[in-house]
Parts: sequence; structure tokens; C-alpha cells
Amino acid sequence: MLKNHFLLLIKKLKVSLLDLMPIIVVVVFFQTVVIQQPFPQIGEVLIGVLFVVFGLMLFIEGLEMGLFPIGEALAYALAKKGSLFWLLIFAFALGFSTTIAEPALLAIAKEAALISSDAGLISQDPDTLNNYALGLRLSVAFSVGIAIVIGVLRILKGWPLYYLIIGGYILVMLMTAIAPKEIIGLAYDAGGVTTSTITVPLVTALGVGLANVIKGRSPLLDGFGLIAFASLLPMIFVMAYGLFWFK
Amino acid sequence: MLDILFDFIKILFYTLRDVFPILSLILFFQIVVLKQPIPHLKRVILGGVFVVLGLSFFIMGLEKALFPIGEIMASQLADPAFLGNVDGEVLHWSNYYWIYIFAAAIGFATTIAEPSLIAVAIKAEEVSAGTISPLGLRITVAIGVAFALALGTFRIVTGIPLYLFIMGGYIIVIIQTIVGPKDLIALAYDSGGVTTSTVTVPLVTALGLELSGVVPGRNPAVDGFGLIAFASLFPIISVLGYSQFMVLKKRMSNLK
Repeated sequence: MLKNHFLLLIKKLKVSLLDLMPIIVVVVFFQTVVIQQPFPQIGEVLIGVLFVVFGLMLFIEGLEMGLFPIGEALAYALAKKGSLFWLLIFAFALGFSTTIAEPALLAIAKEAALISSDAGLISQDPDTLNNYALGLRLSVAFSVGIAIVIGVLRILKGWPLYYLIIGGYILVMLMTAIAPKEIIGLAYDAGGVTTSTITVPLVTALGVGLANVIKGRSPLLDGFGLIAFASLLPMIFVMAYGLFWFK
Repeated sequence: MLDILFDFIKILFYTLRDVFPILSLILFFQIVVLKQPIPHLKRVILGGVFVVLGLSFFIMGLEKALFPIGEIMASQLADPAFLGNVDGEVLHWSNYYWIYIFAAAIGFATTIAEPSLIAVAIKAEEVSAGTISPLGLRITVAIGVAFALALGTFRIVTGIPLYLFIMGGYIIVIIQTIVGPKDLIALAYDSGGVTTSTVTVPLVTALGLELSGVVPGRNPAVDGFGLIAFASLFPIISVLGYSQFMVLKKRMSNLK
């Protein structure tokens, strides 16, 4: 049993190494053929690469062992139970809590805090940096929570997806017009960041579960689309966050 | 060595805080709302420990590898000495061509190998009843992301406002949504999110920020972000475009 588990871990390690392979190949090619110089700080970077591979492997393995099966079963059970109140509470909490733990968002929030303090937009002390990064992540997480609630309501009511998306685009354009220009790039990026490792599987399970339970909904047509909202609303909320910090 | 350990413990503590909401959410709903015990409790606890440890390792590696790789590549490829510009004159945007090629290569390579895109491509084949081939879709999306990142780095070098490109992209998506086949719309919108994976995001973000710091006249706070936004928008356009093209092709062959 233990040995099997170990073998499985090795296999997983290979899979996450494969994820990094394309990056390694491209970087090595450019370094040797185009730049023709030794790569700076090669030792430290290699150790870091090992950390990334090992960390991602553990992280995904852990998710698959516990959170994913329970989360998916839970999403399905709640969809079937038919209590709108609990379903919406769950939808919000799921969007919020998965986003707060999203590694890619952590990365971008950190960089954003550093860049803003270098540019003199926020003060340099570590507390302000941490607060700014945390506030950024909280507003993204909050917006993803709201987005999942809207997405669930859409599936329940059968609203066409593209009306909501186009409405969302118009809101993004309006916010862009009034937001400080230092936040716009970050806000647009935040939209793409929210939807990676943890959020997608759990949210898709909720959507597909709902569409399966409700009569006249196709899981393939209606189950998707939750993620689309989860990338639109963060843009709007982060621009609002910028209005709050930079003005 | 002790430094690394101390850092790790600090990160571990922050990670616990980050993972806490999702753990409490699932416990609360399982026990209070559904009133059911947790199945395979031991396994779930072990999984939770893995999640926290894994995330902490990832964050350590992020700062030691993914950010530095993006920064180092940007600063090397945009370095005046590398570009052969010793007299310090202001360079034309076309002098930075290696950075565009590098960005495109990273975009293509990471997208074509992206596991969640492979899953989406297989689903797309099901939804479209075989009209869309999974490999064709993956290549289309990968070319879309490659083009997106090349265009994104070009934008950083020139300093053209980001919103002009994004608005333009939105208008294309809206037109495609109105005229394109309806059954792939939700899938296409979702595919925008899947191309930007956990490994690619930090690297590409660091690349853009460093590039905007190296190119004279650019300001990282204003110009540095936006690559991820490009990489999330273009797959939507390419998936919708590809499905339109395949439907058209089918119609043409039916006419014959």
C-alpha cells in the first residue's frame, strides 16, 4: 500500500516536471543559441525549479486526495438538495475560498505590491506592502465569490450567457475610463489569474452538477460559463480597489 | 541554511491562513448543512497537509526560480549591449525582436503542453459532435497565445495603452459571439482561463515587469502588466474562430 503510494508520487513528480519542460526547453534554447552566455544565478534557479516541481506535485496530490472529491460531492449534493439559500451561500464561499488559496494570484499580488511601492504609489514599509497585497487578493476573491453566485443564478434561471458577458465587458470599459492608469494592467491580468489550479475543478463540478439536476439544461452547454464570470468580475473589482488606494 | 528554514516556516504560516477558508467551508457544509461525516477522514487530513506543504514549497520556488527566470530573460534580451546599441541612442521597437520571439515561444510551448487545455479540447470535440479536432484546437489556441504574448511584449516596448488592445479584442469576441455557432460559446469563454497556468503566470508577469523596467521611457506600474490579460483573451478569439472556420468548412463540403 505504502509502496504503491510512493510509486504514484514518483509518477506525479514526473507529470509536474513535464509541465515545466516546455519552459526549460525554450529558456535553454535562447540561452545557448541566442544569448550565448552562461545563465546567471544558475544554481539558485535550479534549486527553485526543484521547489516548484515538488511543491506543485504535493499541492495537486493533496487536492486530489481530499478537497476535490469532497468538494465535488458537496457541490453535487447541494445542487440536488434544492435549497436556494444554502446553494448561493456555498457558491459565494466556494469562489472566495478557492481564490484566496490560488498560487498564481499570490504571485501576482506580491509583484504588484513591489511595483506599486517602487513607483511611489504606496509607502515602502513591509506592513503596507503586505496589506496592499492581501487587500488585492481579498477583493479578487470577493469578486470571484459574487461571480460564481451570478453564474449559479444564470444556470438556474437559464439566462443566456452572452448577455451577461457583454454587459460585463461594458462595465469593464466604463471602469477603465475612470480608474487610475496604474491599476488597469494589473486589473486586466487579475482576470486571467483567478482561474487556475483550485478554482476551475471545483467550480466546474458545481456548474456541471447543477446543470445535470435541473431539467432542460445540458451539462455541456450550461455547466460551463461559470469560469467566464470568474475572469470578468475581478477586473471590475480590482479597478475599484485601485480607485480606493491611489486617489 | 537557517535562513531558508526560517523563511519556510514563515511561508508555512501564511499558507495555513490561505488554505483555512476552503477547509472550513467544506467542513461546515459537510457537517452542519448536509449533516454527514467526512468520508476517508485520514486520507483527507493527509491531503490537507500535502496541500499546505506543497503550496509553501511552490511559493519558495516562485521567488527563487519563476520570478528570476522571467526577469533574467527580459533583462538579457532587452540589454543594450545584447542589442548592439553601445552609443545609448533610443531604439526603435523593431530592435527588440528577440523578446517578441521569446515571448511567442514561451506562449506556444506552455500552451500546447497545458493539461487543462487538452481536457477542454476533448470536451470541445464532444460538444461539436466531431466537427472540431482536439489537436487542431490545441494548435490554434497555442498559436493564439504565442501571438498574444508577442503582441503584449510589443505593447510594453511601445507603451501603447493596454485598454485599446483589450477593447479591440472584446469587440472581436462580441462579433464572433453574435455570428458564430452558439453551442461552443461557453466553452470558448472558459478556455480563456485555462491557458494561464500556475507556472506560466509568475514567469510571464516577471518578464513583462522587468521588460518595462529595462526599456527606456517605460514605467513598470503603468506598462508592465497586461501580458496575462492578452493570454486570456486570445484563446477565446481563437476557439471561436476555429469553430466558425470548421462549421464553414463543413458547409462548403456539403455544398459540393
